[in-house]
Amino acid sequence: MLYRHPLLQGCILLLLSLSSALADDGYTQARQQLIQEITQDVQDTSLYLDKETLDPRVMAAMAKVPRHEFVPAGQRDHAYENRPLPIGYGQTISQPYIVALMSDLIKPQPGDRVLELGTGSGYQAAILAELVAQVYSIEIIEELGKEAGERLARLGYDNVTLRIGDGYYGWEEHAPFDAIVVTAAASHVPPPLVAQLKPGGRMVIPVGSRFLTQQLVLVEKQADGQLLTRQILPVKFVPLTGEHN
Amino acid sequence: MTAADGQRLPWLSIALVSATALAYEVLLMRLFSIIQWHHFAYMMISLALLGYGVSGAFLLLLQGQLLRRFATSYLTNLALFGVSSVGCFLLAQQIPFNAEEVLWDPRQPVWLLCTYLLLAVPFFFAANAIGLALIYYRERLSRIYAADLLGAGFGSIAILVLLFVVLPLQALTVLGLAGITAALLGVLELRKAGTAAWLLVLLAVALLLLPPRWMTLEMSPYKGLNETLRVKDTRMVAQRSSPLGLLSVVESPTIPLRHAPGLSLNATTEPPPQLGVFTDGDGLSVINRYQGDLQTLAYLDQMTSALPYHLRPVKRGLILGAGGGTDVLQALYHHTSSVDAVELNPQFARLVSSDYADYAGHLYQTAGVTLHLGEARSFVTGSSGDYDLIQVSLLDSFSASASGQYALSENHLYTTEALGEFLGKLSAGGFLSITRWIKLPPRDTLKLFATAIDALRASGVTDPGQQLILIRGWQTSTLLVKNGSITAQELQQLRSFCAARSFDLAWYPGIRPGESNHYNRLREDWFRDGAVALLGEQRERFLEDYKFNLNPSTDDQPYFFHFFKWRTLLEVLQLRERGGAALTDAGYLVLVATLVQAVIASLLLILLPIWIHQRRSRSVQQTVRGSMVVGYFLLLGLSFLFIEIAFIQKFLLFLHHPLYAIAVVLSSFLVFSGLGSAWSGRVSPEARGKRLLQAVSAIVLLGTVYLLSLDGLLGHLTDLPELARILISASLIAPLAFCMGMPFPLGLARLADHAPDLIPWAWAINGCASVISAVLATLLAIHLGFATVIAVALALYALTLWVFPTPCRP
Repeated sequence: MLYRHPLLQGCILLLLSLSSALADDGYTQARQQLIQEITQDVQDTSLYLDKETLDPRVMAAMAKVPRHEFVPAGQRDHAYENRPLPIGYGQTISQPYIVALMSDLIKPQPGDRVLELGTGSGYQAAILAELVAQVYSIEIIEELGKEAGERLARLGYDNVTLRIGDGYYGWEEHAPFDAIVVTAAASHVPPPLVAQLKPGGRMVIPVGSRFLTQQLVLVEKQADGQLLTRQILPVKFVPLTGEHN
Repeated sequence: MTAADGQRLPWLSIALVSATALAYEVLLMRLFSIIQWHHFAYMMISLALLGYGVSGAFLLLLQGQLLRRFATSYLTNLALFGVSSVGCFLLAQQIPFNAEEVLWDPRQPVWLLCTYLLLAVPFFFAANAIGLALIYYRERLSRIYAADLLGAGFGSIAILVLLFVVLPLQALTVLGLAGITAALLGVLELRKAGTAAWLLVLLAVALLLLPPRWMTLEMSPYKGLNETLRVKDTRMVAQRSSPLGLLSVVESPTIPLRHAPGLSLNATTEPPPQLGVFTDGDGLSVINRYQGDLQTLAYLDQMTSALPYHLRPVKRGLILGAGGGTDVLQALYHHTSSVDAVELNPQFARLVSSDYADYAGHLYQTAGVTLHLGEARSFVTGSSGDYDLIQVSLLDSFSASASGQYALSENHLYTTEALGEFLGKLSAGGFLSITRWIKLPPRDTLKLFATAIDALRASGVTDPGQQLILIRGWQTSTLLVKNGSITAQELQQLRSFCAARSFDLAWYPGIRPGESNHYNRLREDWFRDGAVALLGEQRERFLEDYKFNLNPSTDDQPYFFHFFKWRTLLEVLQLRERGGAALTDAGYLVLVATLVQAVIASLLLILLPIWIHQRRSRSVQQTVRGSMVVGYFLLLGLSFLFIEIAFIQKFLLFLHHPLYAIAVVLSSFLVFSGLGSAWSGRVSPEARGKRLLQAVSAIVLLGTVYLLSLDGLLGHLTDLPELARILISASLIAPLAFCMGMPFPLGLARLADHAPDLIPWAWAINGCASVISAVLATLLAIHLGFATVIAVALALYALTLWVFPTPCRP
């Protein structure tokens, strides 16, 4: 792949920093630092991701979306650290590295329609809004949903439609979706969500606790409707080396 | 002669404060398991007990001033214990400690430190009161110590009863009042009635009138219960509390719970309405709404755990860990005509069988279903067997299990011996089925597979692979162990079951490369590769090379959830921000961190005060060698708890219930030690050395006999009625504990003869050693087993003979 070429990667990063510098919000440098960290982390984890780099469009979105706007005032100093942060109501804003991975895994295309379950702070929705045509996001906690809606509107993400309520049945009026991102904990994949995924569509689910993502599960709906999952350990870690069989 | 000679001993107030302090320790563990998580609760409370060590150091330095006003000092400390036991907990739960952020946020260790410093305060005051009494009444200290032990023995039973009767926070008020009552008793015993008594009554009234908003549990917002309660219209409809846990029943009428972990992606049916039951605010299990229509339970056929029902007809099933009844419903859905459901927690069972019986469709009263209250392993041991299926339910939550919270918890269901027993209770061709969460890289699933191989080999099976099946979805895995070889027809059923639900085959006899890792794809098929390796000749090398500990657990080392390996730690920590944080096995690290902190704090608490004390009193000639004092009381502190902790485990299966084991063993040890202590006071000063020799010889002799024969003996008596088993346990512990009660007061009495100012120092050493002992015993048991813990304890007891404090030669 051409975009894996180091020279091209360098150019992309340069362009990212230039575009960000034009809209300097005081956090540009911190954001760039974060992008470099994620880039490095992805290279280190390439064995399990089957790729050296993430989609440049995803990285561009990560470089553009102001994460500090999505965290409580008391956490702004930590907004560009590569870690999850508490946002109140027992919820967190995910680790940027995991957000980038999840966004990349659904292979977002500019014309896509994406459903998100669990709006939270709205950060993942904002990243998706940079990548696809339309984002539909459902938040179960009323207060969080209202705050995220106001925040996304204030930041100009008018291609995000937000609803407060039960996400189990997806969003029938806007289905089918090219991709579904489940950011809230799920005891299982709701059958109606599977039904609302287009053939060829992808659904990504993080597994773990609020602060620690154990693995990412990617559900791929084949053209014939068959479902396959890929279980991705988001870390370069081999439990075993050598031949023992 | 001392000022205290001839005075009435305040043994009632000593016994009550000791009972309350022990009860408080147990209660704190309960409270912090609810508001935080079990493993950090363990660290907080272990280290808070260093308050005993701090007290010894404090008394060593200030004993002169405090003894001059003994009554005031003693009563003040008792009262402060009562007040601080409530106040410090209420303050501590305001500290914003979040265990999940420890790896990310540098402030979290500071919050943790603040928590246990605060919790140490009540223990400090309780220890001050007891320590002061030991010094003041040093001529009769064996009786003071006896009151201390007898009180603790009473407290160990009282708190278990109390926790069945009231909610944990109400128990806190009761203990606060008990502390103040101890002070009131002290007032009467020391004949100081007057203003002090009225002040104490006022304090008690104030405690009862604390604003309700202060007396609420501040549960971490990240616990499942709190997260669920934020959902619209969700409410808690009932709470039940016991020492086994706080059960919170949650109803969510607008947005149903729909708890169905492991459900196939191909499932088209959703779960029926459910009531959520959280244990200690986490670990969700559910009560399904069931009105007799089995079709509403169709989702239960879409789980990995449904596999055994598809391989052969199950007429007689046994569900271990029935809880809300989901697995019982699964059995009924698959036409199992006779189901034995075993549940440990009677309150949980009552929710289904009584409180929500209509909702649950009178499940436990359904024809063919029999509910048994009790510990699962013991039930199996006593059962007649002949089950077509024994199913061990998936009881722990994924996040708790994945973050290593259970690493310190003993588990007697997943040991090699347990699996062997289960296999022995299967009918010919019957299946044992165990479902676990999928973790990446695999941990529980492969460890269980290795355990099953060992259990089969132990029962004489030469080719275990012929009797094993392992399948996995994206969320759960199910292991089947058959009593007999798996047939071709069963293999055919297995393939069609998995294909219909998109589950992957990870092992069956004759599995071929390319047959696995099809629906739920991993970059490398760790599950199949692991299963193959564990059955192959390279098993030992595989276990050695694997980055997590997959060695099967045994009854002697029942730590199934201990997956930690030191050599993996560095790698995992380096990957912390690259997704690696989740691979940290927190439970074991918490244990080690607790031990390190306890040792450092103990060194400071033992060495610093004696250094200051010696600088102050240079002119006084030292009459007893300090090294002997340290050695003697350190060895006693370590060995006493080693034996106590190991014996709780030894009696756990015999007494058929963890609570009985704790109550009977702990109280027996404390009460009979108390009697031993009282008896040791009858010895003349010259005969103390001889009495110690007799006591230690008896401990070593009895301990060795028990070490070699207790398991066999208890195994023969396990079918006796409950009362008989309790009495036998107490009788077996009595002589050992009686002897174990003697060395400490004998040593203190020797100090009282020759170096009375060092009594508080011995108190400090003993306090610190007890904290280290509890943590070290678990660590030793994890690595070497409980038999080794007992053997080490006996060796330590023997060593005390060499360091029994003797006067220095002039």
